[in-house]
Amino acid sequence: MQDRDQPGRSPDEPQRRAVHITVNGVEHVGDVEPRLLLVHYLRNTLGLRGTHWGCDTSQCGTCVAWLDDEPVKTCTVLAVMADGHRVRTVEGLAGNGKLDPVQEAFMAEHGLQCGFCTPGMMMTARHLLDHNPDPDEATIREAISGQICRCTGYENIVRAVRHAAGHPSQPSGRAAADPATDGASTVVGEPSQEVPA
Amino acid sequence: MQTPAPVDYARAHSVDEALDMLERYGPDSRLIAGGHSLIPMMRLRIAQPERVIDINDLHDLDYIRAISTADANYLAIGAMTRHRTVLASPVIGEHYAILHDAERVIADPIVRNRGTVGGSLCQADPAEDLTAVLSALRADAVISSRNGSRTVPVRELGDGPYQTVLDDAEILTEVRIPIRPGVGSAYQKVERRTGDWAVAAVGAYLVLDGDTVRDVGIGMAALGAEHGCAPDAEEYLRGHELTADAIEEAGRLAAAACHPSADQRGPVAYKRHLADELTRRALRRAADRAQGRI
Repeated sequence: MQDRDQPGRSPDEPQRRAVHITVNGVEHVGDVEPRLLLVHYLRNTLGLRGTHWGCDTSQCGTCVAWLDDEPVKTCTVLAVMADGHRVRTVEGLAGNGKLDPVQEAFMAEHGLQCGFCTPGMMMTARHLLDHNPDPDEATIREAISGQICRCTGYENIVRAVRHAAGHPSQPSGRAAADPATDGASTVVGEPSQEVPA
Repeated sequence: MQTPAPVDYARAHSVDEALDMLERYGPDSRLIAGGHSLIPMMRLRIAQPERVIDINDLHDLDYIRAISTADANYLAIGAMTRHRTVLASPVIGEHYAILHDAERVIADPIVRNRGTVGGSLCQADPAEDLTAVLSALRADAVISSRNGSRTVPVRELGDGPYQTVLDDAEILTEVRIPIRPGVGSAYQKVERRTGDWAVAAVGAYLVLDGDTVRDVGIGMAALGAEHGCAPDAEEYLRGHELTADAIEEAGRLAAAACHPSADQRGPVAYKRHLADELTRRALRRAADRAQGRI
């Protein structure tokens, strides 16, 4: 901890912090600037561009991924705050060569038009269904109320979540994203990514 | 793209460690809990702390307990309790429906997964909901430092917008709400859309003896009321029969205690109207709950 005190460093050499973050069951070890937001760590450092970066103000919810077992807006979490934690992104939904029922349902019910809000919507839907396998429409609308679809496709998104509830095929992809059952692999020495000014 | 200014980071694993860090790193360090107010402010560079001290590992501040001893009877909520935990708590619902009313309209479900009770209070946003609720309820805030702890009424916690009476090396650790048998309570908020700050909001609790008001508290958000409460309306109601006329007068007095600002959420006259109307609605709903009608 004390090694973070670096009185001699210049502004050109921002402090970096080692992080160890398990993303979709894969351990990633690297170092980041503390000001790097989790969404940019996922997209730019790890190249996981399924998580979209939208409003930058925690309003739109397209950047939703799971931190440990809960959906969070990754534009409002510092990557370094995820050190020692698990992250699950939209890339972690499918498993064993099968799409998650939520993904199948978004296709079946045309739950997207432009697709920009879709990753966040699906991560919230998966979490909802894991805790409430048969949610009514009001519950679904409440669950996604912090997420914006500018194609205003909410009707079809709600239908898609209902569809997924009615077709909970196994495995859900949850197992594949769980390092306890998946045998986590480790990636060491990520190419570091500077924070865009 | 909005990117925070360069910042250092430290993670505390206990209250004592966090207090040591605050002492060591000085006033340019900031505690970060849910981060859903601080990180947006850092991105906009309204806030540029030298270092953030992450207190998300302070799990021993994540609790809701009913404390009943010979000389104390209160609900204790740890500062790191997440909004979603408050919303899901049956103990909270049993005693204070007002907290569930408010939590349903604080930000959105995803933000409530991260946001904390202590963070909301210490952010001290003039439109923040929990401050209004806890002011209505005459809750106390427990503040810890390396020299021990002190208790401050939530009504006196704020020291102007985004300012609290906490010193640089203090941490808010707990909120204590008196348990009041037979109480009814409610929160009424007008917002433009899900997740937005209040245009105006009013919370109230009532303890009734028949139709007579034995005890009452009224708290307000986004209305520029001193200490976020309506003392004249409370004073008027105490001992008074809760008639339709009395509720109307309380609404008028509460509106008179407000000093709202005109902004994109509405002009002064509209907000004052809301103060009046929402006070009456909160009182009626609190009375309905106290008398078991709902």
